[in-house]
Amino acid sequence: MAEETKAPEATASTGDARPAERPERSERPERSDRGPRGPRSGGPGGPREGGRKYFRRKKVCKFCTEKIEAVNYKDVRLLAQFVAESGKIVPRRLTGVCTPHQRRLSLAIKQARNIALLPFAGRAQ
Amino acid sequence: MNRTYELMFIVRPDMLDEDLNKLISTLESSVTSSGGTVKSEVWGKRRLAYTVRKFNDGIFVLLILDGTGPMVHELERRLRVTEPVIKFITVRTDEENKRLDKIKKIRESRKKASAATAPVTPEAGGEPAPATA
Repeated sequence: MAEETKAPEATASTGDARPAERPERSERPERSDRGPRGPRSGGPGGPREGGRKYFRRKKVCKFCTEKIEAVNYKDVRLLAQFVAESGKIVPRRLTGVCTPHQRRLSLAIKQARNIALLPFAGRAQ
Repeated sequence: MNRTYELMFIVRPDMLDEDLNKLISTLESSVTSSGGTVKSEVWGKRRLAYTVRKFNDGIFVLLILDGTGPMVHELERRLRVTEPVIKFITVRTDEENKRLDKIKKIRESRKKASAATAPVTPEAGGEPAPATA
């Protein structure tokens, strides 16, 4: 994970600056998932970062393959797979989830957090 | 114009069963009196992910409602006032259900179409010769 954060600083030319979500990139009107993730089209995240020429394990979206359509805030076991130890939602580039499913998943996780099924921070006992 | 909602609330763990049933029936009657349907599920005592009002466990109750917005508003107001209820969340589910139904229909029609075009292989191929499982 550390390599992912160090690499973009080397590629300032591609304009893939993570911390600053620049509005100059005019083709990105919605910042929800585009800003930090940059122009990557989902699957191979490798070749764009820091001159890495190999493909980064082409992860597939778990929801698409298993055809899970309904992501409910109630199925904690499913949601907990996408939540880190610290309670944070794991980014899409690590889990390989596709964008619409990540959005629904994130919404479900936040709902579950509100109803004390998942913690906001720290491990769920 | 009736919408479907899911209302989940948590009741303090030291509440008695009969009080809980009384509470649920009060809510149900308020729903049916304003013209809606309701279905309730008691999930039972569960451990909470974080401490809520000094409780570490809670009794989860799920209500699946069919009704209007103001009706849900009224229900929430009641829940806010009820002392044993420590948390609640309302989720609107009719759009989601519509979407799921559409997907299910598409999948079924696809299955039917494929079953019609290839009548032999999918049905009879249930007994696998290379049984690895």
